[in-house]
Amino acid sequence: MFDLKKHIKATCLDDAIALLIENPNARLIAGGTDVLIKLRHGKKGYSELIDINGLEELRFIKQDKQNNILIGSGTVFSDIIQSDIIKKHIPMLSDAAQSVGGPQIRNVATIGGNICNGVTSADSASSLFSLNAVLVVKTQGAIREIPISDFYLGPGKVDLKKGEILTTIIIRPDDYMGSFGYYYKYAMRNAMDIATIGCAVCLKVKHHILADFRIAYGVAGPVPIRCLKTEKSVTNKKITLKLLDDISRFVAHDVSPRTSWRATKEFRMNIICELSKRATKKALNRAGEGL
Amino acid sequence: MTDQGFREIIFSINGKQRTLYIDIRSSLLEVLRNELGLTGAKEGCGVGECGACSVLVDDVLVDSCIYLAIWADGKAIRTIEGEAKKGKLSKVQQSYVKEGAVQCGFCTPGFIMASTSFTEKNKGESVTEDEIRKAHAGNLCRCTGYQNILKAVEKSIEP
Ligand SMILES: Cc1cc2nc3c(=O)[nH]c(=O)nc-3n(C[C@@H](O)[C@@H](O)[C@H](O)COP(=O)(O)OP(=O)(O)OC[C@H]3O[C@@H](n4cnc5c(N)ncnc54)[C@H](O)[C@@H]3O)c2cc1C
Ligand code: FES
Ligand code: FES
Repeated sequence: MFDLKKHIKATCLDDAIALLIENPNARLIAGGTDVLIKLRHGKKGYSELIDINGLEELRFIKQDKQNNILIGSGTVFSDIIQSDIIKKHIPMLSDAAQSVGGPQIRNVATIGGNICNGVTSADSASSLFSLNAVLVVKTQGAIREIPISDFYLGPGKVDLKKGEILTTIIIRPDDYMGSFGYYYKYAMRNAMDIATIGCAVCLKVKHHILADFRIAYGVAGPVPIRCLKTEKSVTNKKITLKLLDDISRFVAHDVSPRTSWRATKEFRMNIICELSKRATKKALNRAGEGL
Repeated sequence: MTDQGFREIIFSINGKQRTLYIDIRSSLLEVLRNELGLTGAKEGCGVGECGACSVLVDDVLVDSCIYLAIWADGKAIRTIEGEAKKGKLSKVQQSYVKEGAVQCGFCTPGFIMASTSFTEKNKGESVTEDEIRKAHAGNLCRCTGYQNILKAVEKSIEP
């Protein structure tokens, strides 16, 4: 039995928002793969739930007239893997979705829950950082758009106020069209393990020049991070093996990994540097640059 | 607990319609085992790591230990108990028997449901060993070393 005191099923998004406001101690549950684990472990603060599990309104992947790709927060990882839009335009997000848990988890875990849970290891988070994703957050009478890089306030803490629900993740055409990406997850086991380090790269190439470069990490700090200094230093440089080495040296200054029972800080740093090369190379290969 | 502690759910279990009045705190696994006496699905870890509790909900493979029982309302649940039809094992079950893919059997009901989901999705298609492994990455087995399970799944896919 889960230690639940109250459970209210929301009939639609607006109902869920109203219920969150009426029940200030309640939390949302979507796929429950984080919430129910916390309840199992006796964690406090989850005994009142507003249930948005399976709300069709939040489950979609589409492209609008301006070519923005819109992903509903209630979309499960299996939907992302199967989506033709994602396969065609953002294969790196498929990589990331494939790397989450096992089939049973991917069938119920939502991308919105993955982000809102606020952990640095969330496989979708680092990818969305490198894609400059924008989050649409709704409450009664107000909608906010937040760049994902501003959303993480600290470990397990995201910029959601009482009564706010993440509805949509937007990826703008500038950030995916003509871009090539790769998500590299390093974990101790090939499957069913959370990332020791996750590295997402998204880039554009013009005449063998790195025209745009975005690199983000999970578990390289208390929250997912972008390596902005590195990005600045290598943009508009000619694509060579030396450039890959430069990237791997520069990223070390942009990150702040920690020691945990999974891995030491030093080991993580090693992986961070190595993955920058591997992920960049894979993304370059996808862009048709043979290195 | 408040007076809202119990709720009626209507769902189908292995093809039969059922109405139950359940405690909102229960997992689907608890309802299957304790209310319906369907003890095929097992509790291994209780936290989504081992797949011993795997069942199909509207033909989607889930870990029933981290699935609220109230979510089953209006859905069709399939468990290992419903896989043999008229006393005849399903093709997946037969393949497990033939390949000796069962030792202590604790993981088997969950594995069979994962294999069933995989073979139904990939009917008539050729699949790689890697795809089979990935499709069973959410299931743990402490006995067999997986090799015979792999062979059993290959066999279940054969036309
Ligand atoms: C065995 C196992 C393996 C796993 N492996 C991985 C892995 O490899 N990689 C990985 O990244 N993760 C992994 N996870 C965690 C992953 O399943 C979750 O992070 C999942 O994506 C969360 O989604 P959910 O729908 O289950 O969220 P829930 O558990 O329902 O919710 C998570 C949090 O987000 C909040 N929330 C949910 N939806 C919204 C919304 N729309 N608006 C605002 N807040 C919301 C909830 O209130 C809660 O605080 C694993 C989990 C398990 C149990
Ligand atoms: S008992 Fe459900 S996954 Fe282990
Ligand atoms: S047969 Fe014993 S755990 Fe798999």
